[in-house]
Amino acid sequence: MWSLRDRHCIAGIGFTEYSKASGRTVLDLASSACLAAAEDAGVAVEAIDGIVSFHFNDSVPAIAVATQLGLPAARYAIDIAGGGNAANLIVLQAAAAIEAGLAETVLCYRAMNGRSGFRLGGGRELSAHGVTQYTAPFGWITYPQAMAMWCRRHMIEYGTTSEQLGAVAVTCRANAVLNARAMQRQPIGLDDYLASRPIVDPFRMLDICLESDGACAVLVTRADRARDLRHRPVYIMGGAYGGGPNQGEDLFDAIRWPDHSHNYARYIAADLWGSAGVGPTDVDVAEIYDCFTYSVLMQLEGLGFCKEGEGGPFVADGRIARDGALPINTHGGLLSEAYIHGLNHVVEAVSQLRGHAGPRQIPDAEIALTTAGAMTCGSAMVLRR
Amino acid sequence: MTAYGKPLPVPDADSRHFWAGCRSHRLLLQRCRSCGTHRFPAGALCPACRSREADWIESRGRGTVFSWITVRHPVPRDVYAADVPYVVALVDLEEGVRMATNIVGCAPEEVTAGMPVEVAFEDVTAEISLPRFRPAAGR
Repeated sequence: MWSLRDRHCIAGIGFTEYSKASGRTVLDLASSACLAAAEDAGVAVEAIDGIVSFHFNDSVPAIAVATQLGLPAARYAIDIAGGGNAANLIVLQAAAAIEAGLAETVLCYRAMNGRSGFRLGGGRELSAHGVTQYTAPFGWITYPQAMAMWCRRHMIEYGTTSEQLGAVAVTCRANAVLNARAMQRQPIGLDDYLASRPIVDPFRMLDICLESDGACAVLVTRADRARDLRHRPVYIMGGAYGGGPNQGEDLFDAIRWPDHSHNYARYIAADLWGSAGVGPTDVDVAEIYDCFTYSVLMQLEGLGFCKEGEGGPFVADGRIARDGALPINTHGGLLSEAYIHGLNHVVEAVSQLRGHAGPRQIPDAEIALTTAGAMTCGSAMVLRR
Repeated sequence: MTAYGKPLPVPDADSRHFWAGCRSHRLLLQRCRSCGTHRFPAGALCPACRSREADWIESRGRGTVFSWITVRHPVPRDVYAADVPYVVALVDLEEGVRMATNIVGCAPEEVTAGMPVEVAFEDVTAEISLPRFRPAAGR
């Protein structure tokens, strides 16, 4: 279990514009977000000695960004092979590296041209190797197709409805309306959700997150150093990464996952809350990984905000709205702000805990949850101001 | 064989026997010689006991639908435009393993959870036959 409660902080956040066509290289996006995070913290670029990212060969490696930024001596430059599961993991890795003396000041970033460049799940490969040989030949190729299979199982077991999924989409959009950097700011209602185009039953277009060009970054350092920097520090209280048995041979593969009506979240809940020393009722704002509407339900259930199977009713009664008991995805999430693979959730949580979220600020937000991951493995953190 | 134009499995040292079985319309699974556990996908080790010793047995090719999706928007569009809507399912075989497959021989709306199904091989190229499933006879 994570044993470094409150010893490290997120001291800086940075991001680029989020768009469908950046017209910029991924290296430019990554470096710009990292530079913005350092400037936000008030840390000289020369003082940064660590840099961590995660990607699927759709980005640029940490050493490339270290080189572009002219870091004089990066002691810790690490790339994790991962998708949304890793967005909190890289922040925990940064803190662990600092604790171990491998670095003092670490940037964490995610950068991609996810719409104009490499589109995740484009699926043009006609030779199916590895575990994909058991899925792609049946036309089971894209992540929406993968997650829809999980969602159907929740509907079978618990009677979860499209209207309940739609409540997540509508909530995220309502928050994005107040977020100047969100890519989708047109308000929607449940009728719009239900009328959106069927993509892969049980998913409609509005169950599925955006594709985005852009980057964001956070700067991690020791709490005693963070207290002398520009902004109120945001403390990493607790965190966890993992999943259950049969996490699969890649992020798509869940053939051997025992029960698709729950995901990684139930397996990390005890370590997450135990490491932070708080529980679900202490959370003021939750930034929940929403690559699909359905993934929010499994995480709310798995982390103990409601009982298993009750995620649908939980989200459908206004509880997750900005003025509800558990506001979620205050930036609009992956569904409506941008798909920066979950690191944008961490950026938003820091904004909320600083009290800098402007018209979408949750009053007096003291404790935030961030999660990342939808299927067999994932990561989460509890942050406080 | 490029005329097929859709993703095809590339058999490897672990899976060669499985795909050869499909080509002769036999659904072959590994059964651990040490602990008796069936496994799928094919692999060199038994995840239950780590033994490398396994026998290939022929599945009865019968199971039930665990979950399913209906693909309506084709991706890639040109590859699957003529196939939508089509059903992809996870099927639990009687031997205790789960496979991804297509459900054929009925309308997407007729697929239900727990529906009994049986294997129906389709020869898609000279080398590859895919194990799809259809509603079980005599339902």
